[in-house]
Amino acid sequence: MPIEVRQPGLATTIQDAGRNGYYDVGIPPSGALDQYSYSVANRLVGNDPGAAALECVYMGPELHFTEDTVIAITGAELPPKLNGEERPLWEAFAVKSGDVLTFGFCKRGARAYIAVSGGIDVPLVLGSRSTYGLGKLGGISGAPLVAGDVIPVGAGAGVPGRSLPESLRPALSKEIEVRVVMGLYDHVLTDAGRATFLDTDWTLTPVADRVGFRYQGAQLETKPRTPPFGAGQDPSNIVDAPYPIGSIQVPGGVEPIILHRDAVSGGGYLMVGTVLSGDLDLVAQSAPNTKTRFVAVDLDEALAIRREYRARTQQAAESLS
Amino acid sequence: MSGATPARYSWGGDEHIFVELAEEMSLQANFRAMAITTSLRENRPEGVVEICPANASYQVRYDPDVIEPRTLLAHLREIEEKVGDAADFSLSTRVVEIPVLYQDPWTTETLLRFRDRHQDPDATDIEYAARINGYAGAEEFIAAHSGAPWFVSMVGFVAGLPFMYQMVPRERQIVVPKYLRPRTDTPKQTVGYGGCFSCIYSVRGAGGYQMFGITPAPIYDPAQELPDFADFMVFFRPGDIVRFKPIDRDAYDDHVKEVEAGTFRIRSRPVDFGLREYLDDPDGFTAGLMEVLRAD
Repeated sequence: MPIEVRQPGLATTIQDAGRNGYYDVGIPPSGALDQYSYSVANRLVGNDPGAAALECVYMGPELHFTEDTVIAITGAELPPKLNGEERPLWEAFAVKSGDVLTFGFCKRGARAYIAVSGGIDVPLVLGSRSTYGLGKLGGISGAPLVAGDVIPVGAGAGVPGRSLPESLRPALSKEIEVRVVMGLYDHVLTDAGRATFLDTDWTLTPVADRVGFRYQGAQLETKPRTPPFGAGQDPSNIVDAPYPIGSIQVPGGVEPIILHRDAVSGGGYLMVGTVLSGDLDLVAQSAPNTKTRFVAVDLDEALAIRREYRARTQQAAESLS
Repeated sequence: MSGATPARYSWGGDEHIFVELAEEMSLQANFRAMAITTSLRENRPEGVVEICPANASYQVRYDPDVIEPRTLLAHLREIEEKVGDAADFSLSTRVVEIPVLYQDPWTTETLLRFRDRHQDPDATDIEYAARINGYAGAEEFIAAHSGAPWFVSMVGFVAGLPFMYQMVPRERQIVVPKYLRPRTDTPKQTVGYGGCFSCIYSVRGAGGYQMFGITPAPIYDPAQELPDFADFMVFFRPGDIVRFKPIDRDAYDDHVKEVEAGTFRIRSRPVDFGLREYLDDPDGFTAGLMEVLRAD
C-alpha cells in the first residue's frame, strides 16, 4: 500500500521510537522528536506505538494514497486536508485510494506526525527505521522525503473515528518552561553566569533542527580559566567529551544549544545541564521565537516528573485501547 | 589507585551519568575510560542503554525505570575503584594503516574558500600548523604527523568519526587551534586537526578542525558495500591504533579506483596493547607496532 510523495514539505522524515546502542560510534538515537505525539498517532490508527511514521516540520507534505487505509495526524496544529476538505487532528480517519492529503499553515507547535495503519515499512537499519540525515541512514536513502518518493506501508486494520480526549493533548505555547538538571560543566560558569542562565527569557532562533535548538538572550559569564591540555584555546572549551541527549552546550558562553535526538555525539563545548527526557517533546514543538525559560530541578524531581510523563502516556494508551 | 585522580560524576538529566576522569587529555585518562567501560560492558547491568567512552571521560545512558540511578552510580564507582590507574589494563585491538594525500587539491580548495575564518589568512592550514609548532615547513610537519602512530581515543561527533591522540611524549605533541569560526563545508575523508586531536571526517559537512589532507579510504559505509564493512558500517572503534601513510597523487587515484571497484581494503593487523609497555618505552613500542603492520 505505497504512498506517493507529490511535495515533500519542508523536512519530512520517516521516524520511529529510535535507534539505541550505537551512540559510542557517533550514531545518535534519532526517532521522533516529540515521542508522545508520535506514539499517540500510532495508537490512533491501531499500530504498535513504536511503528514508523512521518514527522513533518512547520509545513506538511502532499501525499497521494494508492490504497484505502486509516491515518491520524497529531502534534503541531498543522491542519490536514483530504482532497481539499479539512480533517481533524488527534483523530483517526479513513482515506481512499486516489485521495490526496495536503496541509494548511502551521498554527501552533512545530512538528506533526502522520501515522498510517500498518506503519511505514522501510527496512530496519541497526534496529530502527528512523532517518538519520547526517549519517545518511534509515528512512528512504537516509534523507528527508523528496517529490517522487514512494513510501511503503505495512498491512494494518485501523478503525476510523478513534480520537484522543482533549485533556490528554499537549498544550502548545509560545512561552514554555523546560526543566533541566544542572551539572556536566556548569562549574565553569560563575555564580552570576549560572543565575543568568536560569533568569533569562531565551528566544529560539531559526537554527532549530533535529540535531539542535539554538537560543539567544544573554551572555553567560564563565570563570577565568586556562583551558586544560587538549581542549582548545577558548577559556570555556573542554577536552572533547560525550554529549548527553538533551544536553545544553554554550559555545563561548553565548547562544545555548539544546542537542536533540540527532545530536552530534561529542565535542569540546562546555555543557551546563541536561533537559529532562520528557521535556524534549516540548522543545520539539518550539517554533522560532518561542520564549523559553530553563528551570533547574534535582534528580529526584526529575524522576518524579518522568513518572508523571509515563502515567500520561499510559492514560493515553488506555483511552485508545 | 596509584596516580589516578578521583573521577567527577554528574547527572545528565534523568537518563545519563557523565563521568570526567581527568580535565586534561592524556593517554592514561583515555585508558581509564577504556578500562572502565570495558568492565561495564562485560558486566552490564540491566537498564544500561549506551556506554560511550570518550577522550578523558565517559557517559552511560540508562533507563531509570529499570535501574535506579544511584544504584548504577555506585556500580560505576566500584568499577573505578577496581580499575585504579589502569596501568595493567591491556587491550586486544588492531593497528591500521590509513593512506593520506597531504596538501591535496580538495581540502586546499576548501580552505581557500574559508580564509576569512582562519587565524592566518595568508598561509594554508598545514603551513600555519607547522609554523606554530616549530617545524621548518610542511614537509617536516608531515613527517611528524605520519611518523608516530595515533590512538583512537573516541569515536563520534558524527557517524564513525575517529578522534586520535598521537602516541608520543607530551613535549612532541602537535597542538593546533580550531578555526576561529567553523566552516560550513569539509570534504568527506578529510584528515583534520584541532586541539591535540587528529580526526578523519567520515561524511561531508561542517567542521572547525584544520585540514591537512585527505584519505582515499572510506571509514563509514552505510550501504556496507566494501569488504571492510561487511560486519558493520563504521570502521573505527575506540582503542584502534592508526598509522598515517603519506601517498602521492598517483597512489591516491589508484586507491580511488579500488574503492570504486569494491576491492579496496584498509591494511589492518591484530595487536595487544598495554599502557605500561608503551609508557616504559614509547618510541620502541611504536616502532614495534610498525613492524606488526608491515608483517604479512
